[in-house]
Amino acid sequence: MNKAYIFVFGGISTITLSIFLFVLAPRIQVAVIDKEAVSAQTPYTENELRGRQSYIENGCVYCHSQQVRDPVAGADQHFGWGRPSLPSDYIYDKPHLLGTMRTGPDLSNIGSRQPSRDWHHLHLYDPRSLVEWSIMPGFPFMYDVVVSVESPKEGAIRIPGKTDHWIIPKEEAEDLVSYMMSLKRDREPMKASEVAQ
Amino acid sequence: MDAKMVFLILTFSISVLGMLAFVVALIQKQVLVPASAAKSIFGPNELGHSEPDSKGRMGDQWRALDQSAKVPILFFIVSSTLWLVLGSIFGLFASLKLHTPEFLGTQALLTFGKVRTLHLNIITYGWLSPAALGVAMWLVPRLTKVPLQNVRTLFSAGIIWNIGVVLGCIGILLGVTDGLEWLEFWWPIDILLAVAGAMVAIPLFKTVYLSKEKHLYVTMWYTICALIWFPVLFVIANTHFLHSGVQQAIANWWFAHNVLGLWVTPLGLGIIYYLLPKIIGHPIASYQLSLFGFWGLALFYSQVGMHHLLGGPIPTWLGNLSVVMSAGMAIPVITVAINHHVSTYKHFHVLKDSVVLRFIVFGAMSYTISSLQGSLHSLRTFNYITHFTHWTVSHAHLGLYGFTTMVLFGGIYFALPRLVGRNFKSPQLLNLHFWVASLGIIIYAVSLGIGGWLQGEELRNIHGSFEQSMKLTVPYLVIRSIGGTLMLLSHLLMLYNVISILRSEKGEVVK
Repeated sequence: MNKAYIFVFGGISTITLSIFLFVLAPRIQVAVIDKEAVSAQTPYTENELRGRQSYIENGCVYCHSQQVRDPVAGADQHFGWGRPSLPSDYIYDKPHLLGTMRTGPDLSNIGSRQPSRDWHHLHLYDPRSLVEWSIMPGFPFMYDVVVSVESPKEGAIRIPGKTDHWIIPKEEAEDLVSYMMSLKRDREPMKASEVAQ
Repeated sequence: MDAKMVFLILTFSISVLGMLAFVVALIQKQVLVPASAAKSIFGPNELGHSEPDSKGRMGDQWRALDQSAKVPILFFIVSSTLWLVLGSIFGLFASLKLHTPEFLGTQALLTFGKVRTLHLNIITYGWLSPAALGVAMWLVPRLTKVPLQNVRTLFSAGIIWNIGVVLGCIGILLGVTDGLEWLEFWWPIDILLAVAGAMVAIPLFKTVYLSKEKHLYVTMWYTICALIWFPVLFVIANTHFLHSGVQQAIANWWFAHNVLGLWVTPLGLGIIYYLLPKIIGHPIASYQLSLFGFWGLALFYSQVGMHHLLGGPIPTWLGNLSVVMSAGMAIPVITVAINHHVSTYKHFHVLKDSVVLRFIVFGAMSYTISSLQGSLHSLRTFNYITHFTHWTVSHAHLGLYGFTTMVLFGGIYFALPRLVGRNFKSPQLLNLHFWVASLGIIIYAVSLGIGGWLQGEELRNIHGSFEQSMKLTVPYLVIRSIGGTLMLLSHLLMLYNVISILRSEKGEVVK
């Protein structure tokens, strides 16, 4: 007998403790918090969910967080990113997209901060046409480009600085922008009792 | 009663019970290990002699054990080397795109978000996991003095694992993913990885059961526990109906840090614990200390993940717990550091002759540095600066490259000649690999560390702006690409080395 059992049992018990603390306990606690506060959020629409899927597939989360920190932790509020995030801001989020990098700015409230659909489309098509110092990748493959003096189609957007180049968002781009416009986690959540009144 | 109070009482009682059990085990001397066990890795006449990189006559006594699972081990090593090259190409793409966003910018399949994800998953599941398993499983017969059992199961596990990685990567390209960092592979594909991981445990446990050694050597403790921890972690984290919202973020980072702490790190440390004393020809400085290092890692490392979400919308107690545990990691890290560095310091001259030892010592030093760095930047004061920045990326590479990958390079270069019974035709290429890779990771970690720190200070500056925080990182991102290019070059050298030892018929055959 070479005491392998000590390592087997020791290994199993440490991982069990860790699961209890970091998977089970938060699950129950967050459920309690969600019950106490009614979220300020509304469920995503079908378009927004498709846009959210596109946000996931294109890996936006690797550069953009969706969590505003407490003022003690960072200058988030001074950058105009909104109030610190609450667990109830995420009750409709699955998978979560909190993110842990800020190569780009936080997007918790991008829908409130940038309410122009056209801006979002032009920015996705070519970020540097609007923000000269940006290192964000463009997503030109989500757009058709049309050369025309008049607007070729409803929803077409003229590329700034050019008189006859228009971009027409494909469905994916429309959905993605709908999702981003829906991100407005700046309202205060209400208690269930307050809603009843 | 308040639900929170129930948790506090429950967790407290479980921890106290666990500690009591540990104390009882100590009193009954179940846990202590005889110092003589430290010498069990040496065969007759080996103690006191440093072991050369090349397979010499002295190694003959190990040949039957070394080659008992030749085919599957070679499969693990060669497949992971190919993944390493592919994964670093994607890594370099991602790095270039961060300062040259137009690079491959019109390709939907090669957008930054996809190549970065491919890089991370290929390196973690294509390179680190199977390479570490290959070397760790190759050491099992040496440590138990029994040929590896269930060799076919191991081979099947390797094949299933690789099919899983291929399918997972195709999924990422096509947008079929779970969307969680470190867990991107679509969950049905994850079943393949979980099954393969569990299948590797079968030959391990069967061989350990038949072991002729009275005491298990420290390397085996790490390998056994890693193979228990990984399937559990991976299955729970990938059972997505269990998780949602903020709690999912908590489970996500619980997994993401544990896949390093309870999977890659123990396998890497186990390999150091074998190769370091073996090559210098003397047992590690203190065998008892290695016990503290091991149990400290098991207890502390499994609870550090929440420092990835400090300042975010998670319960405060959870963040605090992880901060305490991260700081506690200093204990196992320092004990392991004493063991490794004191052993090296006493026999420093061996580094002149052994390229394998250079890789191992570089890895051991990186482990100490990156772990202490990790304990430090988990403290809120530091974390508020480094969080959300490239510092984290630098730290991750110091750990996964400077430590684990370098150790695996050493391990593979040690194992290959003994596995195939031939020596490397051009040992100087191994040395070149070492220097190019070392230079690469040093440039990488230092430049991105500095850039990330400055970025973090700017993200806290209430008179500053986001624009400033991003602009100032660009020069450091450029330097990072230079480091990354060197790393990729070194991997091409390695691929050449691996292929050449497998193909060389004329290579010096040791009888």
